Order: sequence, then structure tokens, then C-alpha cells
Amino acid sequence: MEDCCAGGNEVMILACAGGSNVGQLSNQAAVELTGEGSGKLFCPAGIGARLSGCVQSAKDVPIVAVIDGCQVGCGRAILKQIELEPAAYVVLTEEGIEKNKELRLDPLQVEKTKDAVKRAVSSGAQAMTDRKVLSVGACDCGGACC
Amino acid sequence: MDIKVLGPGCAKCKKTEEIVREAVAKAGVDAKVEKVTDILEIGKYGVFGTPAVVVDNEVKCVGKIPKKEDVESWLKK
Repeated sequence: MEDCCAGGNEVMILACAGGSNVGQLSNQAAVELTGEGSGKLFCPAGIGARLSGCVQSAKDVPIVAVIDGCQVGCGRAILKQIELEPAAYVVLTEEGIEKNKELRLDPLQVEKTKDAVKRAVSSGAQAMTDRKVLSVGACDCGGACC
Repeated sequence: MDIKVLGPGCAKCKKTEEIVREAVAKAGVDAKVEKVTDILEIGKYGVFGTPAVVVDNEVKCVGKIPKKEDVESWLKK
């Protein structure tokens, strides 16, 4: 029997995944953070398309982390359409990564992106520690399920 | 009314199904409640986690056990 209450589903990572180095850095960082168990990549397109499963998932998850490549802020704008603000937000051009059209990614910039996301998630989680959902898991069971 | 409880079968999923069935019985609505355990089938709903509750093809709740009063409110619409 699979335990669907297992960890890893408390942080939803939405990457803008746009058509530039910073867009693709956001996606690569999200993929690697998912692999490392620091969150779970999810589909911003599904939220933008207003698919109920995707929209409700974003509304119900404890922490939504958005990685935008640049200040256009597409990821955050998608979330705003469903009246949500990310608990953790990173804009890569504000982290000192210059936007260009080079799609071969620099591993050092991937690491820099991951570090920035981890810091933002940590800050976001700290700000939400009074939320019951973080203290007992991702549900209202009072800790019985985990 | 068509209600689906999505989840592979852990304690949270079972509790969710129990709450949904209780709410349906209390409301006395004509509803079919189905437990969906197949991962591929669950994947079609685009949910981030389970358990999840779907009412007439609209996902109402993801990754947590819903409150009984919330389920009751979904049954009124």
C-alpha cells in the first residue's frame, strides 16, 4: 500500500520555463530540486488554463514556490490569476543572472538558482510556521495519518 | 451527482472516502461515490497529491482530508 501522506508534497515548485537562459534555468533547477526532495515540480500551464485539478492543487498545497526567470514575472502572474501569492518567490535576473538567449545552461548558475529557491522556501516556511498544516503535515488529520 | 475520491489507499485516503460517504448519506443526495486507486487514472485529474475529491468533474480538494462541512457544501451546489 502506497502511503500518499509521505513527505515531498508540501512545496509546489512552479518554474516559468520560458524561452531564454533564465527561463530554462528555472526549469532545470525545479527538476533538480524535485529529484533532491526539496519540493515537487508542478504545471503552471495547467493553472493558467484554469484546469480545476491544477488550480485546486495550488490552493491546497502549504507552500507554492515560483521561479521566474526575469522581471516579466509570468509565473507569478499565472498564480495571481487564481488570487494566490507565492510563499517563496525568486526572480533569477534579480539574483545577478543576466538574461540572454543561450539555452546551454551553466551548471554554476543552476546551483545558484537552486540555492536561491531553497533560501526563499525556507523563509516562506518560517513565515508560515503558525499554520497548522505545517505542524502536522499536509492535512487536517491532527497528525494521525503521518 | 458523481463523486470520486482519488487516492492509492493510505489512511488519509480511506478517511476521506469515509467522510464523503457520511456527508452524502447525511445530505440524502442522489450521488455515486467512487474510490479511484489507479495511479494512471488519478493522473488524468492533474492533481499535485492525494487524497483528492472530485465532484461532477471539478476537483474540490487536494492533498488533505476535507472537513465534513466542506463536503456538505459541495453537495448543495
